[in-house]
Parts: sequence; C-alpha cells; structure tokens
Amino acid sequence: MLLVVLEHDRGALGEPAREALTFGRTLAAKMGAEMHALAIGAGAAATEQVAAVSGDHGAARLYTVDHDVLSDFGPEAWGQSLVQVIDALGPGAVLACGSERGNEVMAQAAARLDWPFVANCTDVTPPAGAGREWSLTRIQWGGSLLEDATLAASGTALLTCGLHSVASTPVEPAPAAPPETRAVPVDLGAELARTVVKDRVVLDAGVTLPTAPVVVGGGRGVGSAEGFAPLEELAELLAGRVGCSRAVTNNGWRPHSDQVGQTGTRIAPEIYIASGISGAIQHWVGAMGSKHILAVNIDPEANMVVKADWAVIGDLHQVIPAMNAEIRRRRDRP
Amino acid sequence: MRILCCVKRVPAPGAKINVTADGLAVDAAHLGFTTSPHEECGVEEAVQIAERTGGEVTVLTLGPAEAAEQLRYAASVGARHGVLVSTDGSAWDPQRTARALTAAIRSLEADGGVFDLILFGNESADSGGFQVGVRVCHALGRPIVNGIKGIETEGSGVRARREIDGGFEVYELDLPAALGVKEGINLPRYPTMRGRLASKKLEITTFEIEADAGDQSLVRLHRPTETVSQTVILGAGPDAAPAAVDVLEELGLV
Amino acid sequence: MSDFPTSAKCVVIGAGIVGNCLVGHLTKLGWSDLVLVDKGPLPNPGGSTGHASNFIFPVDHNKEMCLLGVQSANQYRDLDLSVDSGGIEVARTAERMAELQRRMTSATAWGVEAHLLTPEEVAELCPFINTDVVLGGFYCPTVSVVDSLETGTVMRRLAVDNGCRVLANTEVLDIVTEPGPNPGDRTVKAVVTSAGTIDTEYVVIACGVWSNRLANMAGAHIPLVPAVHQMADVGPIDVLAQTGNEIGYPIVRDMDTFCYERQTAGSMEVGSYAHRPIFHHPDDIPSNEEAALSPTEMPFTPDDFDPQMEQAIELMDMLGDAEIKYAINGLLSLTPDAMPCLGEVPEVRNLWSAAAVWVKEGPGMAQVVAEWMTFGYPRVIDVHGADIARFYPEERPDEHIWARSAEHFNKTYGIVHPAEQWESRRNLRVGPYFSRQQDLGAFFFQARTWERPQWFESNADLVERYGLGEREVEWDNRWWSPITNAEHLNLRDNCGLVDLSAFQIFELTGPGAVAYADRLAVNKVDVPVGRSIYTPWLTPDGGFHSDLTMMRLGTERVRVVTGVFDGGRDEFWVRRHLPTDGSVSFANVTDHITTLGLWGPNAPAVLGALCEADLSQAGSPYGSLVDVELDCGTGRPVAATLFRISYVGDTGWEIYLAWDDGPAVWDALMRVGADYGLRPTGGGVYGTSGRLEKGYRLMGAELESEYNPLEAGLARPRVKAADFIGKEAYLAAREAGDPEVKMCVLTVEDLHDSRGRKRFMQGGNEPILTSGGERIVDSHGRVSRVTTAGPGPSLGKHLLMGYLPAELAVAGTDLQVMYMNELFPVRVAGTGAVFDPDDARMKS
Repeated sequence: MLLVVLEHDRGALGEPAREALTFGRTLAAKMGAEMHALAIGAGAAATEQVAAVSGDHGAARLYTVDHDVLSDFGPEAWGQSLVQVIDALGPGAVLACGSERGNEVMAQAAARLDWPFVANCTDVTPPAGAGREWSLTRIQWGGSLLEDATLAASGTALLTCGLHSVASTPVEPAPAAPPETRAVPVDLGAELARTVVKDRVVLDAGVTLPTAPVVVGGGRGVGSAEGFAPLEELAELLAGRVGCSRAVTNNGWRPHSDQVGQTGTRIAPEIYIASGISGAIQHWVGAMGSKHILAVNIDPEANMVVKADWAVIGDLHQVIPAMNAEIRRRRDRP
Repeated sequence: MRILCCVKRVPAPGAKINVTADGLAVDAAHLGFTTSPHEECGVEEAVQIAERTGGEVTVLTLGPAEAAEQLRYAASVGARHGVLVSTDGSAWDPQRTARALTAAIRSLEADGGVFDLILFGNESADSGGFQVGVRVCHALGRPIVNGIKGIETEGSGVRARREIDGGFEVYELDLPAALGVKEGINLPRYPTMRGRLASKKLEITTFEIEADAGDQSLVRLHRPTETVSQTVILGAGPDAAPAAVDVLEELGLV
Repeated sequence: MSDFPTSAKCVVIGAGIVGNCLVGHLTKLGWSDLVLVDKGPLPNPGGSTGHASNFIFPVDHNKEMCLLGVQSANQYRDLDLSVDSGGIEVARTAERMAELQRRMTSATAWGVEAHLLTPEEVAELCPFINTDVVLGGFYCPTVSVVDSLETGTVMRRLAVDNGCRVLANTEVLDIVTEPGPNPGDRTVKAVVTSAGTIDTEYVVIACGVWSNRLANMAGAHIPLVPAVHQMADVGPIDVLAQTGNEIGYPIVRDMDTFCYERQTAGSMEVGSYAHRPIFHHPDDIPSNEEAALSPTEMPFTPDDFDPQMEQAIELMDMLGDAEIKYAINGLLSLTPDAMPCLGEVPEVRNLWSAAAVWVKEGPGMAQVVAEWMTFGYPRVIDVHGADIARFYPEERPDEHIWARSAEHFNKTYGIVHPAEQWESRRNLRVGPYFSRQQDLGAFFFQARTWERPQWFESNADLVERYGLGEREVEWDNRWWSPITNAEHLNLRDNCGLVDLSAFQIFELTGPGAVAYADRLAVNKVDVPVGRSIYTPWLTPDGGFHSDLTMMRLGTERVRVVTGVFDGGRDEFWVRRHLPTDGSVSFANVTDHITTLGLWGPNAPAVLGALCEADLSQAGSPYGSLVDVELDCGTGRPVAATLFRISYVGDTGWEIYLAWDDGPAVWDALMRVGADYGLRPTGGGVYGTSGRLEKGYRLMGAELESEYNPLEAGLARPRVKAADFIGKEAYLAAREAGDPEVKMCVLTVEDLHDSRGRKRFMQGGNEPILTSGGERIVDSHGRVSRVTTAGPGPSLGKHLLMGYLPAELAVAGTDLQVMYMNELFPVRVAGTGAVFDPDDARMKS
C-alpha cells in the first residue's frame, strides 16, 4: 500500500495534496498497490472536502488521525503521528508533496524512525520483485540539476514529490462514492505541542520586494533618480514594487534594498517588468525566479530582451508612461 | 546567548551547471564556493541575535578542508568560533551527515555547554535534502521548526515566524531550540576588510568523525531537458503599450 | 533567421570596447557591409570590457601606449562619456619618488599636464589618505573615468546606422581559410557561427581574452593569456557618497603596493596587480550561462587579496570598515612583451588582430587597426611595438606567453628600467659561439628571442687600462657596465669581434626577384652582382616601414639582412607583398647563416691572416661583397662572404658564414687577433656607442612610420625610376622642399644634476626642450625627444639623438634635455656623424 500524506491547513486541502495524490496514483500502479490517503490533525477528519478530494484523486481509503496536540500544524506532532500510522498500517511507501510542510513532516518521521527519506522526487521506480532498492530521480539545485539515486529501504520508503513536478488531475471517471474513511488512534506526548503553531499574523497591503507579485525594474537606462517616477507609478497601479540593477544603486539613484541581483534581492514575482536593464548576469541571477518577464529596452539584442517572454523595443521613458496611461484607461472603462 | 549556526559549502554556479564526467558531482573547475544562501542568512541572524543579546556565535560545517573558507567567511561577519567536521569532500548522504553533526554538537556541548539556539538553513542549495537539521535535533532531543523568516528572542524563548500565503505562522519555542531559516529573513552583511583580515586568525576546531552511511545513494547528476523560450516582441515604442497591457491583463493584474 | 547575413566584406568578432569602436571607425573610413558578432548579449557580452575599472592614466613611458591612451581618452571625451577625475600616483619609497620624477619627464615628453605633490598636497586632494605612509605624489589632472560600455554602444550604433549587422548571442565556431595566392599562404574565406556561415573577405579578431582561441581556429596565433586582475568594491563610505557623484575624488594609484583605489559612487574599488600571476586557458573560461557572474568575472580568491587589503587600509583607514560588496578575479589580456597585438596576422591573409587591448587604449587602437586595414598602414601614430607580426615562432606557444606574462604581471605598476632584461625564457635562440661567449663571461641581452652579448667580463682589464669607472647613480648604472666603453675604445684603437648571428636574413630568388626587391626599397636594388645597398622600405604613406641592407648576390638572387627586432615584421612585409605570378621565391635563411662583425684599424690585418684576398679598399671597397675562403687552421677552407660595411665607424667587415662554420672562424680570428688587440665586443658598442658616434639611425628608435627619409636625413639626391611602395608619398615629400624636422645628434654639455651627481640619459623618450624650457612640437604634433642616448667614449661626451625642427637642427644650437625631471644643457652637434664625420676611418 502507498500512503499519501495530505497537506492541509486546518482542514482545507490545497494544491500540494492534489499533486501528491496525482503523483502517488502513478507510483501505486508501479508498485501494484492501492493508494491510501492520510489526513493528520484537527478538522481534517470532519471535512468532507478532504474525503472528496482524496477519492477524486484516486485514494481508495482515507485514514484520519486526531489528538489534542494536533489542534493546529506542528511538525513534531505530525511527524510522530505519521510514525505511529506507519507502525499501524505498514505501508510499502509513504509519499507527501515536497512543500515546506510536506518535506518537514517526512523529515520528522524519518528522523524518528532513523530511516532514509528522499525529498523532491520527480520519478520513482519501486524495487522489482523481492528487491528492496528503489530507483529515484529527484531535484537538486532548485531544479537546475536532477539526481538519479537509489534508496535501500528496509521497510517503508519515505518520499516526497517535487512541488509542481506533476500537474494535479482527478481520476476519470470520478468515483461513485467517497473513499472509506478510517480513524487511526495515536498516542502523542504533550511535549510535542512545543512546535505547534501558536499564532498567525495576516499581513496587510505592504508588499515586499521578495514577495511582490509584480516588480517593475529599472536599470542604467532610467538615467536618474527622478527617472523612476513613471516606474513607481506603474508599480503602484499593479500593486507591485520597484526594483533596480546594481548600476542604479551604484549611482545612488535608489537604495540598496531595491537592488535585484546577486548582491541584492532575489525576486519571484508573477511578472517582472525590466525596463532599461541590459540583464547582466549579476542582475539576472536575482531576477531569474520571475515567472514571467516583460523587457522594455532600446536594444533588441539586450540580454534581458533575449531572456524575456515578451519585449517592447523602445525608450522606457516613453513606453512606461504609455503603459500607465493604457492601464488607467482600461480601469476607467465602465 | 550561545548560538550555533550550521552551514554548508556549496559551489556558486551560474545559470547553467555542469556535471563532472562521472556524474557524481558538480563540475566546479571554474566555480567559486560560497555558503549555501539560507545558511548565509542564518549566520547573519545568529550574529544579529548575539549582538542583541550579548552572546557569541559558533559556526560549524561538514565538508573538506577547503570548507574552512566558509567558516572564515562567517568569522569575517561576526562569528566567534569555527568548527570543521572534516570529510574527504565526497557527498555524504543526509543520514550520515546528521549522525556526524550530532556527534560533533554533543562533543561541543559537553565541553562548552548547551547551545541555546541552533540555526540550520532550511535546505542546502545543492542537494536540497530538507532533513539534516530535523534529524540532528531529533537526536539531540531539541525542538526545531523549519521555514523561518523572522526570529525574536524573548526571555528564555524565541518567537519564530514562518511565511505562509498572506502572512506568517508564529511558533514559540523554549530554549534550547533550533530553527531552520530561509533567505529573506535578513539581508546578510558583507564582510568588512577588517573583518576579513581578522577572520584569518580564526582558530578552527576540527573533528574527524566516523559516521555510518545512510541508505540513499547518488547514482548520477544530470541536467533536465531545457526548454528554450522565444521572446515575443510586442512592438516598438509607446505604440506597443496596449499590447504590453494586454499581457498584464492576461495575467490578471489589470 | 531569414535575414542572416550570409556574406560580408568584413566580420568583426567581439563586441567589447575594441570591436565596437572598430566597426565605428571602419564605418567612418567608408567601410560598409560589416558584420559584428559576439557570443554574448549586448551591451555587455561578458568580456573584460564589462568589468573594466574604466580609468585612464594618460602618462606612460612607452610612446605607443601613452599616445594611444591619450588619443583614446580624447575619443571618450568627444563622445561626452568621460569625466576628468584627476589621478594621483602616490609613492611610499624613495625609489618610487625617483620613478615619479621619471614620470614627470614622460608627462613632459608627451605633453600631459602633471605635478608632483607633497604628502600635504596629496591630502588636500584626497583627505582620506594617510600621509604618514606617503612620501609624495604624481598628480595628473586629466586622468579620466570613462563609460566604455556606452562608448561601445555609441560606436556600434554609428556602424549599425550605416548598415553594419550585429549578431549578438552568436558564437563563432570556426574561421575557414583557403589556400592563398602563394605556396603556403592561407587566406580568410568564411566565419562559421552558431547561427550560420558568413562568407567574408576580412575577419578581425577583437575577442579580448578569447582571441588566441579564435586565431587558432584559422591556424594562426594571437599570443595572449587571460590573466586575473583582482578587484574588490567596498562600501558604502560616507565621504564618497557625499560627493553625490559617480566619481568625485581623484583615482589613487598606490604604486608601491601595485594597487589602485577608484571611487564608484559611494564605494571604493580596490584593484590589484600585486597578487601571484593567475592565468586561465581560454578554453577554461566559462560561458555566459556557466559563469556565476560574467565569464570574465571569475570567482574571487580572497587569500590572494589579503595583503592588499592590509595595505589599502594602511593608506585609507576608512576602507577597513567598509563592506566588501563585490569582489572578482577579473580577467584581462596579457602578452609576452606587455604590448598589444594589432594588425594582420602573419599566418593568414586578411585575418586581423585587435587584441590584448585594454579599455584605456581601446578607441585609439581600434582607430589604428581601422586605418591599417583602410590605408595599408596606421596613420594616427607608429605602432611597430604593437604589430602582431613582431613575434617569432618561439614567442607564440603558451609556454612562452605564460612565462613572460607571469614575469611582467607584477611590473604593471613596477619600476621598469628601459634596458631591463627578462629572467624567464632565456637562451631560446643563441648563436654558434654561445658557449665560447659564456666562457668569456658574456653578459647577454635578449633581443626578442635571440641572445646577444652586451659586453664581456673578460674585457674587464680594459676598464682599468682606459681609466673608466662605474656610473654614480645606480639607476644609470643598471644594465650597464663601463666594460662596454672599454670595448668601444679598444675597437677604435685595435679591433673588435662582434657576434651578429641574430641578423634576420631572407633571400628572394627567381626571374622577378630583383624587380620585386626594387618594389620594396627606396634605393635601387638593381645594382651589379656583388654590390649591396642600404635602404629604407617605406609605408604607402612614405614613412619608414624598415631600414636595412639588401645584397645583389646574383642576377636572380637578392639577400635581405635586417635587425632582429624587426625580423618578424619584415619577413611578413616581404611575404605579404610577394608577386602572385610565381616569379619570386622567398626563403628565410637565418638559421643557416651566421655573421661576425670585425672592425677596427687592425681588422684588415687580422682578417688578412686568414685569407689571401685583397682586403685593401681597392680590392674590397666599401659596400662590396667578396666571396673568399678562410684558412682557419682546420685543414678545410671555409667559404665566407665579406661584406665591407660598418655600423660602428671603423673599417671592417660583416663576415657571412655557414652556421656550422662559425665556431672555427671565431676561434681562428680570436687566435690570430690576439696579437692585434682583438677583443670580443658586445652589443653596447655595436648597437649604441659605435653607431651613436656615427649618427647611424636605428629602425624602431630614430626611424618610425611617422617620419620619412628626408626628415631622417636618409634621402638620396635622386629618386630611382622604378616604382616602389610609398614612392608617390615620397615624391610629394621631396616636392614639398626642406623637411620640417631633421634627425640630429646632440651632445650633453653638463651631466651634473642639482645634487652634483653625474646623470646619464637612457634614451627613454626624454623630452628635448628649448633653452627656455619649452617643449618642441612640430606641425604634425610630433615632439622632439630622445630617440637614442648613450656614451660617446671616443668623444668623451654623452650623446643623444632626436628630431628637431629645421631651424634648431643647426650645429651649435643650445637646447636642454629633461631627465628625471631635471634639465641638462645639450648642444646640437649636427645631423650626421660626430666622430670621424668624413668616414676616413671606414673608407680609407
């Protein structure tokens, strides 16, 4: 049996759980085993969504675990719970999504069991026949490299699949009924509460450069501190932040905290609008995490243009104000 | 406060990483080495906490003799003590690494007392196993929370913030404790020239530790198949603004 | 890509400062159909330009480097992409203070404003300098900081606006050649890139640190090595940030620590030439994708930089607490002789090099190459020292490039004596007498690859005989010995034997040989068999390309004998202009022929003891070639060609021998000569004192492409009928009447400096000034300076040569020479020989 640990936040399943189930389906088939799901913690058992999503994504059975110290997420408590479930059910493998929580919980379980744990797999081949050697491909260097590895699992293989290494898909046709749900009793010590979430802080509007969904970058081509005004305006219109290249901070046009790059901040916005930036490597390293890039540059051969998804060839001092005007016009449209 | 920060020496590659002919390592022939970025922030955080609380920072690494460079770097930005758990430079699996680190920390604590706070990087920049800190802390019986992007010290405890969508989770741990920190928790300082020169005098404690290998073995490294993106030229000059805004609109930003 | 240029007139590879300026300059000179290729992105493709420190110190002792630096600085200024920050070279040692005096001298020579500063004056300009460690400074207000990336962009756009095609992110994979017009020739055919193949007539390699790799693709060499220059950017520093400028304080060169400090906005960039030489093979430079920063910004190796940090903090305490924000092992290009590689490569026709050029001289050197390609020769200044054809085969392997570059890297800010010799890579080429000369205690100077005795310790006894002594100041005495003066006087009294094996000897044969030789030479080569001529070879513009002797050995055979410093350039010139109809064959016979010089009043008696030939002026007149057999007592007669000529002013011969016969003849002459006072005599006499007393010009010193034979005093009364390269320009110069300047010999009238010490000018471009102390500059901007300096032992005077305006080129005119920033009185002796002006000793 392959056991998939579902990531949820107080009962709400997100994309990572669906990905793990999707990845697990294929793996379970290779193992010739059923896929079961496990939901640890308060609220999960009572949530219809958890059962429904598990079933829709191919889990034949759902196990739930609850306990006083599982009132909210806690890596040690979740890890210890998983250990007891493994002990109770004896799965051939346990899989979670390689998200922050997924990797952490698996690591906690592995540490307790003193078993190996392989994080962020993109491909897994179970042992053939009576063998115990798993073949895996996993992510290194944030995805720049892949590692082929073997895992000699004495009992249960502990794995996560790389976040977004598969796109989640439900089974077709959808199962007629939700999976059978069973509660697994656990015995957890009160001391495990020491790493349970104590509080939550919801951030207000203030967007930071590393987390901004939109970054409007300016480089040497901006020409002066004042030249950033239209960039500021664009960033404000898009609820983003202004970033800049090293040349800009070196010229004293912007503070260092705005610098994107090797020696500044690494950004990962939905879109990076890079204007007047040639795309020197130092800068590129900080910007390469952007999901999309729109370059505005006079030079069609500029590195940033070459690396961008979209580009406007032209003087940023004309292009950016025109974009600002266009956004306003569309927003004012009834 | 007595703080330990564990760091890893990793190559500093560009956008394309080459692999050695045998596939067992990154080809670092033309690369420099650096402290894995999360851990660089860990050192900075440790130094800041030490500065606030009047403590001192020990930095520990497991790696070849050359990893002393990373200890000195940490010393150049304020760490006081350096510890090298020496290896032959080959990649150690996570279990083996954790076993060696645990033994080293036990030894350090036996001699100098318990570390109030141990900082790990959330994961290493290269192998990214996401587990060494957790394994070490379990062995030491110490609580650890990963993904930390903010630390406040409060009396005999720490409040740690972990980034989630739209905000932070808050954890409160009594000391001694450990945290896995992430880049963004601070903006690490660069060493000053004087700091660099002083770091030359850092005395490094070296441990030779026999640790059993774990059950995960590297077969080979390789590059994923590349996807070449073609830049779509939306137009020239201000006339291209509507096309550019179309793109923003498609992304749901307008 | 449908618009890929499948053909072009010229492909320039490399879009750094040089390649960009080159396409700009070529465009200005009327070229079109250009393609500029770079494997990296624009505007910074990842080469050395992208991380350059971008400042220009316009003073250098070397004329080419200095004037092209000034020229480049002016080009940046003209584009308004330059700021005059000023710059100070600070001295921490007395030796350096003396060097700063020498720099003042060079500044005066090249017309660059400069002042010496006291420590207090240094502190006025840079208040953050610790004056406790500084003895003084050399301040140059026109030191400038330039924007090399933007300059490259502007020059590239100029070309693009005139049709130049730019292929960025396009890697050159091969340079295809095809057989050229003559046997063994190759010529450029096409450039294969990652985006397609471009058929092209010309290719220019302007690829900086990658240049040799590109040249190798075509079977050619550009002898340079990518070398590390460490730089660290430290900041923020308040006092710098408060200037509100990219550059608000002068650049500081901490000369004795081989470091510089250059403000970049709120930070200070500390650069070093002090660390161990760190070289990389071009194949080992990462690609743009592989590099953590750019390909030429290699990982910093901090251990190498630590000593410089301590010294930097010592000079500027504020640097100690500044953060090291950015530090690299930046790559730049070094060559075996520290000079750039410009011009058409000798191995492949129409393949040009514009490499080993730094930002500080990029625009000027790009202009040089553009002019060279356009006019057949550079016009802005003479660049024989940068001509890539200067290299001999032994200078092209990596072993040589690396060894020499390692030796001179730490001399980047060093105090380098004009006569300084290399330590590495010696004895590459030696004459057949080498072991004998070693036994005689020869002190060897290396001329490119060839070892030549400069003087012989075995002659030390003559020093006492002639009552000579060491020079008073160590600098003047360095790389010099009074033995050389003693050898000189002995040659004048008795005779001397000079090893001339380093002569570079070529032979032209075939039905067209004489006609072709005449096409190269100003003077008539078509003389009777057995006669020789001494002649300039001109550039198309009528300046000197070479100055050498040519011998009519047969009806269809001409021998060319040239100096070792110019052998590579001259061989290339001969091969490059060779007729393509097969009528002339070229051979380099240097390895087969050795030459001995035998001169002095007793020379005929000595030689007469070995042969029966009539050695009188009647039997062997000046300029004649006589084949003889020498009886060296070995039982086998040795065939020799006696060439009656003299470069030292006394009668005698150049004796041409088969290489293997050389030792027997040397031994015989030494044996016979013992009774005649014959001494082995070094290059100090042959190349300096002997020729100086006779006012003989030397190619590369007095003779450069900027000067013509009229100015050099080498014009004959008539011009031959046959056409020759440069004839039109030469005729025009003659038409124009008396030349504006004339080559003169001057005597130093008082050698004593302000401290009462005798000083001896070295011939390192010391400026010749009016009695009022004014620089002397002609209408072309050419300055009067010392081209050669040296002793005139027979005259008891120190002698100088230099061009002077005609009105000053009159015997008896009193002028001054500046040496070590002091003025010494000099007097014009004339335009010809000072010693034996009627040549009685040679021709009677």
